[in-house]
Amino acid sequence: MEIRPEFLALVLACALVTALPRVLPLVALSRLELPPWLADWLRYVPIAVLAALLAIGLPAAGAAGLPAIMAAFAVAAASRSLFGTVIAGVALYWLLN
Amino acid sequence: MRHESFAAGVRAAGPVVLGYLGIGIAAGVVERSAGLSYAEVLLISTVLYAGSAQFVVTSMLTLASPASAIVLTVFFLNLRHLLLSAALAPALRGIAACKSALLGLQLTDETFVVASGQRRLSPAWMAGLNLAAWSAWAVANLAGAALSGAARDTRTLGFALPAMFAGLLVLQVRIQPRLRAALGVALFSGAAGAGIELAAPGPGAVIGATVLGATLGLALERWKSGPNSSR
Repeated sequence: MEIRPEFLALVLACALVTALPRVLPLVALSRLELPPWLADWLRYVPIAVLAALLAIGLPAAGAAGLPAIMAAFAVAAASRSLFGTVIAGVALYWLLN
Repeated sequence: MRHESFAAGVRAAGPVVLGYLGIGIAAGVVERSAGLSYAEVLLISTVLYAGSAQFVVTSMLTLASPASAIVLTVFFLNLRHLLLSAALAPALRGIAACKSALLGLQLTDETFVVASGQRRLSPAWMAGLNLAAWSAWAVANLAGAALSGAARDTRTLGFALPAMFAGLLVLQVRIQPRLRAALGVALFSGAAGAGIELAAPGPGAVIGATVLGATLGLALERWKSGPNSSR
C-alpha cells in the first residue's frame, strides 16, 4: 500500500512527456486562424487515427476479433449507439472464444 | 445542436465510461499482477491517465527495462496526441490558455472522438466529459487491481477497446460531409497502419498512418471540389 520513490519518478516523467503533446497544440493553435487546408487536413485526423489504432490492435485479439469487430461495425451503423456497439462487440467476442 | 453544460458533458461521456470500465479493469488486473500496489495503480491511472501507455509501462517494468527506455517509448506512443490536440484547437478558439491547457491535459483517443463531434466546444462541457472519463478510468483500474487474484480473462474485457474504436469510427465517418472520402481515408489508414506495423513495429505506425490518411483525405477533398472552395 505504498508508492516506491523510483516508481513515482517514473510515472511523473511519463506523465510529463504525455502532457506536452496533449496540451501544447491546443494552447498554441487556438490562438491562431488556421489556413483552410490545415483545418481540412485536421478534420480527417480522427478517422485516420481510429482506423490505424483498430487495424494495429485487432490482430492481438486473435481469430474471434475480426467477426466481432464486423458485428460491432454493423451495430454502430444500424443503431448509432456507441454503448450498444461496445456491449455487442464484447458479447460476441466472448461467445466466440 | 448545442450541448453546453458540465452535466451534458458528463452524459456525453457515457459510452467512454463504459468502455473504460472494461479496459480499465483489464489494466488494473495486469498492473496488480505486475507487482504494483493499490496506491501505485491509483497514481499511474490518475497522473499518467493513458491506457496504452500504462500497459506499456507495466510490461516494460516486468521486463526490467531501464526507466529512460520506458519514458522514451511512452513519449513516442503518446506523440499522436499532438494531432488530436491540434484538431480540437479550432473548436476551442478564444478560450483562455490556462483553461485549454487543463482541458488538454485529460485528452485521450476516446474523449477526443466524442469531443470532435462538436463544432464548438464549451469548456464546461469538455470538463464534464473529461472528469467523467477520468474518474471512470481510475475506479476501473482500482477495481481491476482488487479483482486481479480472481480474474483470469482480461482479454474479453480488453476487447471493449477495439469495439469502442469501431463504434467511434462509424460515428466519425457519419458526421463527415464527404462520405466516400471519409471511407477511403478509413480503409487507407487502416491498411497503412497495419503495413507500417508489420514492416517496423512500434508507436510510429499510428502516427505515420494518421499523417498519410489525413493527407489522402485533404487530397480527395481538394481534387473533388477544386482548390477554391474550402467547405
